Amino acid sequence: METTVNNPGATRRDKLRVTSSLQTPDKVNVRRLRRSYRQIRTENAFRKTLIIMALAIFVLVVGIMITLIVQSIPSMKLLGVKYLWGKVWDPVQDIYGAYPFLLGTLLTSFLALIISVPFSFAVAIVLGEYYPRGWFSNLLKNVVELIAAIPSVIYGFWGLFVLVPIVRNFELKIGVQPMGVGIFTSSVILSIMVIPYAASMGREMIRMVPSPLKEGAYSLGATRWEVIRSIIMPYTKSGLFAGVLLSLGRALGETMAVTMVIGNTSLIPKNIFSPGNTMASVIANEFTEAASPVYLSALIELGLVLFLVTVVINMIGKRIIKRFTNE
Amino acid sequence: MKLLKNITIAGLVVAICGAMTLQSCNGGGSAATNDSTKTEDNTILGAGSSFDNPLFSKMFAEYNKTTGLKVNYQSVGSGAGILQLTNKTVDFGASDAPMNAKQDSATNGTAVLHIPVTAGAVVLTYNLADVKDTLKITPNVLAEIFLGTIKKWNDAKIAADNKGVKLPNIEIVVVHRSDGSGTSNIFTTYLSKVSKDWETKVGKGSAVNWPAGQGGKGNEGVAGIVKQTPGAIGYVELAYAVQNNMAFAKMQNKAGNFIVPSVATTSASANVQLPADSKISLTNTDAADGYPISGFSWVLIYKEQKYGDRSIDKATKMLKLLQWVIHDGQQYSSALNYAPLPDAAVKVADDILKSATYDGKPVLQ
Repeated sequence: METTVNNPGATRRDKLRVTSSLQTPDKVNVRRLRRSYRQIRTENAFRKTLIIMALAIFVLVVGIMITLIVQSIPSMKLLGVKYLWGKVWDPVQDIYGAYPFLLGTLLTSFLALIISVPFSFAVAIVLGEYYPRGWFSNLLKNVVELIAAIPSVIYGFWGLFVLVPIVRNFELKIGVQPMGVGIFTSSVILSIMVIPYAASMGREMIRMVPSPLKEGAYSLGATRWEVIRSIIMPYTKSGLFAGVLLSLGRALGETMAVTMVIGNTSLIPKNIFSPGNTMASVIANEFTEAASPVYLSALIELGLVLFLVTVVINMIGKRIIKRFTNE
Repeated sequence: MKLLKNITIAGLVVAICGAMTLQSCNGGGSAATNDSTKTEDNTILGAGSSFDNPLFSKMFAEYNKTTGLKVNYQSVGSGAGILQLTNKTVDFGASDAPMNAKQDSATNGTAVLHIPVTAGAVVLTYNLADVKDTLKITPNVLAEIFLGTIKKWNDAKIAADNKGVKLPNIEIVVVHRSDGSGTSNIFTTYLSKVSKDWETKVGKGSAVNWPAGQGGKGNEGVAGIVKQTPGAIGYVELAYAVQNNMAFAKMQNKAGNFIVPSVATTSASANVQLPADSKISLTNTDAADGYPISGFSWVLIYKEQKYGDRSIDKATKMLKLLQWVIHDGQQYSSALNYAPLPDAAVKVADDILKSATYDGKPVLQ
């Protein structure tokens, strides 16, 4: 890095030496030199601004993390590590256990992922391979992007008034207690909400598959299905997985829509049709009225746990993506 | 590369400092607010109970017409209101529950006055399409339903109080509030009073560990689930139930009468001997015609009004406002389905207001 011409420090020093060696510089040269100084200065300022702005994000994330940790100290002191697997959340007696909500968050998110992945991959393949352009492609693409643009409270309302009765009828048929709300309903809502993330990313990836590869396969007599299965999927799998990871991140943190249809109970869910609760919705529900300091701190610690869960899942995801790409 | 490393370290330091500043905001925020209130001396800041918000909006708008005093009330919830009063970022707080021991200790021994301003009731709403009569519920049955021990609507214990009503053989779906709220506090306080089981297993509070059922966010959340779920029973504020034409049950009170919840029966429940500090739960009172699941809502202020850089002018303005609220302001209650304070309660509230001091001297005569 030190030897490159781009290094502004080195360049300026060179220029300085040039000027001092020239005893009688003509006017044109001086002007040109001045201009290049100015350019260098702007370049430097520009670079510094960019670095500072990028670092501001870093500072923000670390700051959030530290705030969460410091604020959850009272609850950590009182409850210790037991907080993570405690099964009772009782604000009256100041007993807090995050286990039911941790379970609820993971259950809803992964269930949502299982439901949504076939749909988002299908959308990605249709848009990336079958109909890369044309009005149909545009329409579908815009509709899928619209899914991401709808505010989550609207999904919540729709869930409460449309999906819940449907799920209740379904539950009546399979013979579980017909509540309508619960883990399953929130997973369905979530799965719809996260489709665009994996779909858009997958579409871009599939369109980036080099045509010589596909053409080669076709010339060898491969059918479309075979091309998708043996050329496109292997070529794009790290990208597709990254899209799924994005979806998961969204599902983990979704609050409003889930709160409205999950049933909000601190009891541990018995099956996927039972009501439950997620970490994000507990925080949203109980934060305003958390009167005692330990209660407030326990809720903040819940935020910290959610933060860490997201970080861990992201790290595992990155690992998997890296392994895919290395192959 | 070295530059980048240095900047990274600098960034970390800034992050830590930033977090510390956020920390200190809790304690130091009051100073900033005091400065801002100094410039607009004609504004009173309040925060707290969302239950009081519609009534306060009406009252403060009317008061503004006659006096020009602006009241900025933030409906952030009772707990948050108490917290803001403790941090001295507001002039008054409002809460549906009196301050508990923990909250009291947070004010460092400064006395806080509780002034009752209105009363509300919590009603039981249910979804039984085929039942046309109003259900009658006794305290024990209610506790057992919410404990999850009575599971079916045609349970003998419910049928015993509702002779002649054909109760369906379906499961009871219990619906409670998922967010912490004063409504839950009144409801669980009532259940703790009437049922030993409830008191030991669950207890009272604005958020409790519900032994059964599912939660809805806000009155509208509970009402939404109840309306949609056959066999559901939930509790909502009286005002909400009346405005939305919901079916609600008659509750048996301490005197043994089954009472239909209404503004009048809620006021009636407050018509009892009140303690001088007014910190009393109106649940299950002795009043013979009172609805048993009722509760006061209080405005909270510091007894000693000279703190920070408050002027006597501001303290007087606020106390006059509160005095108006408990007297003339009460006329706006009934139209909004709030229970007006009975005369006895107004008298107690008046005495409490007069005990407020500025620099040791009483403010109101």
